[in-house]
Amino acid sequence: MAQTMAVKSHSAKAQHRVMRVIIYVLLVVVAALMLVPFLWMLSASFKMNKDVFSFPIEWIPSNPRPRNYVDIWTKIPLLTFILNTAKLTIIVTLLQLFTSSFAAYAFAKLNFRGKKALFLGYIATIAVPWQAYMVPQFMMMRSWGLNNTHLAIICLQAFSAFGVFLMKQFYEGVPTELCEAARIDGLSEYGIWWRIMLPLSKPALSTLTIFTFVSTWNDFLGPLIYLTKTELKTIQIGLRMFISQYSAEYGLIMAASVIALIPVLIVFLALQKYFVQGVASAGLKG
Amino acid sequence: MAQTAQTAPAVQKKGMSKGLRESLVAYSFIAPNFIGFCIFTLIPMVFAIALAFCDWDGVHAVEFIGLQNFIDLLDDDTFKASFVNTIVYTVGTVPLTLVCSLGLAVLLNQKVKFRNFFRTVSFFPYVASLVAVAAVWNMIFSPSMGPVNQVLASLGVENLPRWAAGKETAMITVILFSVWKNMGYYMVIYLAGLQGTNLELNEAAELDGANKWQIFWHVVLPQLRPTTFFVIIMLTISSFKVYDQMYMITQGGPGNATMTLVYDIYNVAFVNTPRYGYASAISMVLFVLVLIVTIVQFRGSAAND
Repeated sequence: MAQTMAVKSHSAKAQHRVMRVIIYVLLVVVAALMLVPFLWMLSASFKMNKDVFSFPIEWIPSNPRPRNYVDIWTKIPLLTFILNTAKLTIIVTLLQLFTSSFAAYAFAKLNFRGKKALFLGYIATIAVPWQAYMVPQFMMMRSWGLNNTHLAIICLQAFSAFGVFLMKQFYEGVPTELCEAARIDGLSEYGIWWRIMLPLSKPALSTLTIFTFVSTWNDFLGPLIYLTKTELKTIQIGLRMFISQYSAEYGLIMAASVIALIPVLIVFLALQKYFVQGVASAGLKG
Repeated sequence: MAQTAQTAPAVQKKGMSKGLRESLVAYSFIAPNFIGFCIFTLIPMVFAIALAFCDWDGVHAVEFIGLQNFIDLLDDDTFKASFVNTIVYTVGTVPLTLVCSLGLAVLLNQKVKFRNFFRTVSFFPYVASLVAVAAVWNMIFSPSMGPVNQVLASLGVENLPRWAAGKETAMITVILFSVWKNMGYYMVIYLAGLQGTNLELNEAAELDGANKWQIFWHVVLPQLRPTTFFVIIMLTISSFKVYDQMYMITQGGPGNATMTLVYDIYNVAFVNTPRYGYASAISMVLFVLVLIVTIVQFRGSAAND
């Protein structure tokens, strides 16, 4: 009896060990699938065009060519593209944080007429795809002379219903007693928002920051429609323009791609925790 | 009676003025977002509906033509192709992304070393610039020189797939790309769902002699139903709106093989001679598709509660 138990637990242990090995093998395969394109990109960015497709793949180039990273800045106005994108991303993110958290405070903590109807209106529009009204939006902006301006992109991105929704969810978790106490201490509603709600909502603000940052930095269709002058373009459409003009400059394309990825990589690694939390809470809510 | 009639308005008046003041403060909080939202989102939305029933090239006067745009859609081969392709893309992408992201989440939900590393790595394609990763994808899957086909050739595969350049393989190439790029995002949602499952149920099932697969299939998966529902909805909606991937990998081709609704809207409005009314009519088709999914979501989450 004892022997069979021991044998059983022994075989269970072996089975367990096999499972672990399978799990790790699968994980490594998935991680490789995810990473290999990026490694290939990095490797190709240090190669001459004729060597990019040499086979078998030379992962670490025998005579690396860092020149690609020098030439790309003169081949296209890459610095202008990056500065344009950085400017748009920072302004949009700040506006988004301000207007969303400001409005969310009212929706979460104040009573007013038409609250339910207004909020329902916001929620309903989250479901309407932007692509369904981008054409009339462009007509409207153009009639105001806003095509080929950065202001158009800012207006497009800065007032999202999603931000209000996200911040409201978070504010509802903050105890109302805190606000009551502050009111008794004589703080105005604006004071409560500034001194109590904003400092408390750092996690939610971080989540909104990284979402807005990534989506503005990587936005493609908006800038593609609105910004046709080269000096106004963002990194995404600038890079795309370069790719369609010099489709055989493989090394340079890969170098420019690496440069375009770096800012997002930095922000993502720094705020990753909040990104994951944000995605996860969106899922739980559903 | 007379007395109550006298006091009631007084109380009401006082309450109203306080309520009114509170409301005004609240409106001032909402105003910055709401005004921007009205001008740049709400008005264009209403405008879009109206425009779908009009003919407009942006130069001449707007002309009301009733349902003519929608009647024209029925004879438009590009539109029909893009509608079918959008559905095909969705049908291909949703289950594949779902299975991959769920599988990965189950793997990462085990006690494994370097869990955060694996999670970060599988999430990175999602945040990476689409233009950059599409560029590298195009090179890796290049039919003549790309490493994928070179590996296949060295394995002795004849009739190498032409990937984005082949009429039959173009859509599959884009679908594979989308799954690769987005599965990390849905994996995180599934991970959160898995962490919300009841482990005691798993243990109970194990005591009853169920194996891992049975536990997953009969115990874990049913508990993940709300998450799965949410993931399907999100995936379906984002698949209906697909455009960028095609623009960068296949340019909608070969022929119309990967033309989608949003791609068609973009072409009609901004590339060809502008037909804004017609583009809005296609937008309405997209809107109705998304609306149907949203109604399903509404019903479904009501049923889940």
